[in-house]
Amino acid sequence: MVEVVQVSGSLRNRLTATLIGGAALLAVLMYFTVRTYAIQIAQQGQDNILNASVTSILDAANVSNGIIEIDFPYASFSMLDTASQDRIFYAIYQDDNLLSGYGGLARISPQVGMGSAYGNTTFQGTSVRLASASRMLVGENLRARLTVTVSQTLDGLSGTLNRIGRNVAIFGAGFFLLVVILAFWATSSAIGPLAQLTTSVARRGPQDLRSVASPVPREMVPLVQSLNKLMARLDQSLSRSEDFIVEAAHRVRTPLATVRSHAEATLRRVDREENRQALRSMIRAIDESSRAAGQLLDHAMITFRIDDLDRQDIDLVDLADDLVLGLMPIAEMRDVELKLDASVSVPVKGDMILLQNAVRNLVDNALKYAPRESVVKIVVAASPRPLISIIDEGHGFPVGEINGLADRFVRGSNSKAIIGSGLGLTIAREVAEAHDGSLSLSNNPQGGACVIFSF
Amino acid sequence: MRYIFVLISALWAQPILAQKWEDQRLFTDGVASHTLRILSNTDTKFFAPIIENFLSTQQSVSVDYLVTSSAELYDIFRTSPEKFDVVISSAMDLQFKLTNDGYALALGDLRHPKWAQWRQSLFAFSTEPAAIVINRAAFKGTPIPRSRQDLIEVLRAHPKFFHGRVGTYDVRQSGLGYFFATQDARVSETYWRLTEVIGSLDARLYCCSGDMIDDLVSGKIAVAYNVLGSYAAAQENVQSLIEVILPSNFPTTMMRSAFVSRKTNLPDAAQAFVQHLVNIQADSAKAENFPLPPLDPNGKPAISLGPALMTYLDRLKRQTFIQEWERAIIQ
Repeated sequence: MVEVVQVSGSLRNRLTATLIGGAALLAVLMYFTVRTYAIQIAQQGQDNILNASVTSILDAANVSNGIIEIDFPYASFSMLDTASQDRIFYAIYQDDNLLSGYGGLARISPQVGMGSAYGNTTFQGTSVRLASASRMLVGENLRARLTVTVSQTLDGLSGTLNRIGRNVAIFGAGFFLLVVILAFWATSSAIGPLAQLTTSVARRGPQDLRSVASPVPREMVPLVQSLNKLMARLDQSLSRSEDFIVEAAHRVRTPLATVRSHAEATLRRVDREENRQALRSMIRAIDESSRAAGQLLDHAMITFRIDDLDRQDIDLVDLADDLVLGLMPIAEMRDVELKLDASVSVPVKGDMILLQNAVRNLVDNALKYAPRESVVKIVVAASPRPLISIIDEGHGFPVGEINGLADRFVRGSNSKAIIGSGLGLTIAREVAEAHDGSLSLSNNPQGGACVIFSF
Repeated sequence: MRYIFVLISALWAQPILAQKWEDQRLFTDGVASHTLRILSNTDTKFFAPIIENFLSTQQSVSVDYLVTSSAELYDIFRTSPEKFDVVISSAMDLQFKLTNDGYALALGDLRHPKWAQWRQSLFAFSTEPAAIVINRAAFKGTPIPRSRQDLIEVLRAHPKFFHGRVGTYDVRQSGLGYFFATQDARVSETYWRLTEVIGSLDARLYCCSGDMIDDLVSGKIAVAYNVLGSYAAAQENVQSLIEVILPSNFPTTMMRSAFVSRKTNLPDAAQAFVQHLVNIQADSAKAENFPLPPLDPNGKPAISLGPALMTYLDRLKRQTFIQEWERAIIQ
C-alpha cells in the first residue's frame, strides 16, 4: 500500500533555477556595466585626441602686424587619423568671424582658459563629436578671442564600441555558461546526501527498523533524528503487538485444548444425533481456532527470525525427507500418497527452522486440498536454481485469485470446508523472500496446484 | 595677391556650361545611350587607352573626358557636383578634401588595398614621384645633381648660366605644384633654401608639368624642379634630350586618385569605370600595357591618404605658405 505523496516543486529545480537566474542577472548586469564603462573610456579617448588637436592649433596662433596667423603643425590633423577613416571638420573663429574651416559647424562657446568643451552634433548629415577651446590673443591694436573647434565622425568610436560590446557579450555568455555548469554540480552535490538517505531507507527490508547510522550533513540531522524516532516508536509498537499476539495465542491454545478434550469426551457420551452434530461443529471450530493460534505463533517466530537469519549449510533433500517422514501419518489418515522425487543432494544456505516451517506449511496445504486416493508429489531439484515444488491433484488455485493468495489472512474461495488460517502461504513467501528467493503459485494443466519454492 | 585675384576672377567669369577645357574628348561608338562624364586633370593621352579598354567591356556607354587643372577641377566640381560622374586628379589633398566633405560616393564592394583608399570612396591608382628633370645638353661637362643639395650647389656654382633657365610650378596656380611644395617643405628645410636659390635665378613658373617638359626639351630651360617624372618618362622621343632624376633622399611621391561623384546619375557605370581603372593600375603586369605608372606594389607611400592632407588647404596655412613662398621666389 503506497500513499500518493503530495509534490510541491523540487528542491533541485528550485536551487538550480535560483543559481542560474542569479547568474543570468549577474551576466546581464556585468554586460551593461562593462559596456557603459567602456563607452566612457572610448569616448574619453576620442575627446583627448580632439582636445590635443584643438590645443595644437590654438598654440600655433600668433599676432603679426595686427593679423592673426596660425601656422599649425601637420600633426594637428594627422593625429585624427583612425583605422575607420573618420572624416574631420574644423572651424577657427576670431571672435564671431570665421577665419578658416567649415562655417556650418555648430559652435559651442568654451570659456577662455578653461580647457576644451565637448559635445555631439550633426554636420553634413552625419553625427560628429566635437571639441572646442578658446584663447585670448593680444597684440598691437588687437585684442581678440580665438576659438578653435575640431570634430570627427563617430565611425571609429562605434567600431570600437561594437567590438567591446561583442567581446563583453562573449565574456558574459561564457561566465553564464560556467555558472550554469557550476549550478548543476552544486545542486547535485547539495542534494546528494538526501538521495543517499532515500536510497538507504528504500533499500531496507520491510522489517528493518534500525536507526540511520551513516553520517549526514548538519542540515539533515533534525530530519534524520525525527525519522529515527519514528522508526524506534514503530519498532516498539510492532514488537509490542507481536508480543501481544504470541501471548494471546498461547493463552488461547491451552484452554482450547482443554475444551476440545472435554468436547470429545462429551461426544462419546451423547447419543442424540442433533447434540452430536453440535458437538462436532464445536470441535471443528476449536480445531480451526487452535490451528490459527499455532500459525500466528509460527508467523511471529518467523518475523522475529527473519530479522536475524541463522544461515547454515542445509541439504534440501534431507529436509524434504524429514518432512515427508513427519507428515506420513497425516497423509495416511487422509488416504493420500506422499511421493518424494529428489536428486542426490541439493545444498543451500539457509535458516533450518524457517525452511522447515515454510515447506511444512506448503505440504500441509497440499494434503488438505488433495482428494482421497491421490498423490502429492514433492520434487527437490538443484537446477536451474535450488527449488522445492509441491504438486497435488486437487482442484488447483481459483484462477482469478492466484496473485493475492499469499497475502495475510487471504483464503481461496474454494477453501470454505477446509480448516485454515490464511497464514500458511504468507509464511512460506516471507521465508522465501528472506532467503532472496521467491514463491510461485500456478495450476497444472492436468489439474491440481503447483507451488514452487525456489532460492 | 595679384595672382589669386586673377585666378578667382577667371573662375567667376566663366559659367560652367561654357567652361573652356584644356582638352575634351568624347569616346563613343555613336549608339551609346549614356555618357559618363569624367572630370580629370590628367592629359587625355594617358587615359585614352584605359577608357578605350573600358568601353570595350561596356555597352551603351560613352565617355566624355574633360581635362582641366587640379585647382580649377576642385572649384568646378564643388560648384556643380551633379554634372560629373567620376573625378580624377593628381592633387591628393584636394581629392581628399572633396571626399572628406562628402562629395564622393562610397563603393562598398570595390576591393582595393586599405592604404590606397579612403572610406571606400577615394581610390589611389598610381604612384608617381616628383622629379628633377634636366636638359642633357645644358649639363654637358657639369656633374648631374642627384639630390636637392647637389642641385643647390650646381645652381649656386653657375648663377649666370642658370639665370632664367630654371623652371618650377607656380604653387598659386597648380594644385599639384602646391601639394608637392608643401610636402617638400614639411619634410625638409632644404626646400626653402632651394626655393630661395631658384628665386634668385629669376625662375620661370609653370602651371603644368607638360609645359615645363616642352621648355626643357626645347632648351628654353635647363632644369626643372618638382616635375612629374611620369610625364617626362612618357615622352619616348625626348629621352635623349632630357633626364629624369629622382632625388636620392626622400623623393616626394604622389598618388593619383579617383572617386565617383555622390550625385552621379550613372552610379553603376561610374563604379564600373573606377573598378576597371584600379584593376589595371593595381596590377603591375596589366599596367605595363598602359601609359600611367602603376600603383606601387610595395605598399604605403610616405604621404598617406589621411586627414593630415587637409592641413595645407586651410586658408590661414595656405596664406602663410604662399606668402613665404612668394618672398622666397619673387625677388
